[in-house]
Amino acid sequence: MQNYLKLIVLGVIAIFAAVAANFAQDVAYLVNALTVMLAAAIAFVIILRNTDEPVKPVDQTQYMDGVIRFGVVATALWGVVGFLAGTFIATQLAFPVLNFDWAEGYMNFGRLRPLHTSAVIFAFGGNALIATSFYVVQRTSAARLWGGNLAWFVFWGYQLVIVLAATGYILGATHGKEYAEPEWYVDWLLTIVWVAYFLVFVGTIVKRKEPHIYVANWFYLSFIITVAMLHIFNNLAIPVSIWGSKSVQVFSGVQDAMVQWWYGHNAVGFFLTAGFLGMMYYFIPKQAERPVFSYKLSIIHFWALIFLYIWAGPHHLHYTALPDWAATLGMVFSIVLWMPSWGGMINGLMTLSGAWDKLRTDPVIRMMVISVGFYGMSTFEGPMMSIRAVNSLSHYTDWTIGHVHSGALGWNGMITFGALYYLVPKLWNRERLYSLSLVSWHFWLATIGIVFYAAAMWVTGIMEGLMWREVDANGFLVNSFADTVSAKLPMYIVRAVGGLLYVSGALIMCYNLYMTARRSPAVEASTAAAHAATPAE
Amino acid sequence: MGTYDFLRHFADSWGLLAMFVFFSAAVIWALLPGSRTGQSDAANIPFRHDDRPAAEDGADRPAAADPSDT
Repeated sequence: MQNYLKLIVLGVIAIFAAVAANFAQDVAYLVNALTVMLAAAIAFVIILRNTDEPVKPVDQTQYMDGVIRFGVVATALWGVVGFLAGTFIATQLAFPVLNFDWAEGYMNFGRLRPLHTSAVIFAFGGNALIATSFYVVQRTSAARLWGGNLAWFVFWGYQLVIVLAATGYILGATHGKEYAEPEWYVDWLLTIVWVAYFLVFVGTIVKRKEPHIYVANWFYLSFIITVAMLHIFNNLAIPVSIWGSKSVQVFSGVQDAMVQWWYGHNAVGFFLTAGFLGMMYYFIPKQAERPVFSYKLSIIHFWALIFLYIWAGPHHLHYTALPDWAATLGMVFSIVLWMPSWGGMINGLMTLSGAWDKLRTDPVIRMMVISVGFYGMSTFEGPMMSIRAVNSLSHYTDWTIGHVHSGALGWNGMITFGALYYLVPKLWNRERLYSLSLVSWHFWLATIGIVFYAAAMWVTGIMEGLMWREVDANGFLVNSFADTVSAKLPMYIVRAVGGLLYVSGALIMCYNLYMTARRSPAVEASTAAAHAATPAE
Repeated sequence: MGTYDFLRHFADSWGLLAMFVFFSAAVIWALLPGSRTGQSDAANIPFRHDDRPAAEDGADRPAAADPSDT
């Protein structure tokens, strides 16, 4: 019966999308409408083929891992796509000839840059967060995912959001808001998917068999709730036409700027920090085989982090039309934020106390530890850069890009790689990874890549900042903008090389994970049964 | 501008106080000596149910579990 309802809904969506494609006022809308039509039609056929078939009973004594396996694969693949796009646009900056004439308006830097940021943050990071949160919430609640196939809707709906956003960027549909570029209909779809995600996650917590909600779930939950709030407020827009991709923001002027950076910085704070801290609080203890260093500290870490992060956004708007008190507020909260950030870093690192020898033998834990190290480094750098005087040098320069990437490549990337290396043997029921030496290769390629990247951006950023403000004895500016551009060439090449190293590490990881799923020996049935027999508390 | 002024003053008076009290209470609650056993129990959650959900009795019930069975 439920299936008939689904078929009706999908049929209506497919027909509406076909009508929309017919009336489409711009190419991006046309392509997106056709994509939606196709997706709805495929889902329609799949559900139709299962309708009135005998229903296989769901084994409630098993965790729901199928959707997590898909999530792991999607994370690895989108990661490679995002890293490749980043390396390509880095090379475009060094060699502008790569903005090919024949692809002008589609594959130039301006079009590919949001593709890169969204691919790494939302496609790679988002899939990693969804997959690991589904894994962690089941294991720490000792309960199967709530909502049955709703988790599959979350996964496929999220992939559809990514595909619509990416094709939209290439064809010119954009809000023009950083990290919130998708146009209004993609925003609506993401809102629906996100509500489903929230329901699955909270439903699983509600039916948990453990008395406590493990700290990782607190971080995941704060990430889900806050991202929903941020997404809705920053994307309040009125479509020009229901048949076109263009929409107009409800906020304007400095209010719009403030809402944008309230969103933008909390995308960093709750998407790229709180969510990934959830990963840290589960996967580091698991890989180190010891509980988190201090559970007290983790609770204080959680409340301090979420109470402070939400205020830090205005530091993106120093020396703008934003009132000084608001910018100062953002700056002060950013500096205070240093403490919970380092509290969390210490908690993650000290989890290894008594097991430091594992660093020598286990490249996966080495990856997790260096990710926490980069977390500490970028959460020191960030508060420093938010200080108004420092910001006057660093803002609009490549220093910011270097800071973002030491956080994104170092912290988010490395903790995700660590989690993937942990998850694949578990999810595919393998005894171990295919090759630990390939993990070491990945570790060193990625680490050296980040060092190249961050060091190049520090040098070029500070150089650029100093060149912009340099005045001669008469008070005239010494350098033109083009002078700084040509001075940056060597560092841009080093940055592209760093990106190349990072993406080659990710390719090695994909090979290693594929071979783990295909070739590694399966876990012996007897040990699996022994684990399974563990009774409840 | 009435709404702005109201919200602005609420934010740096009662709103600020409410959040600060909530935060302080959370920290004090975490630091209370009595919360130690619960915390060490919670810290070991990841090591308990790696392969399958807990307890057959009602493991498939969607209703909220009784958390007092430790």
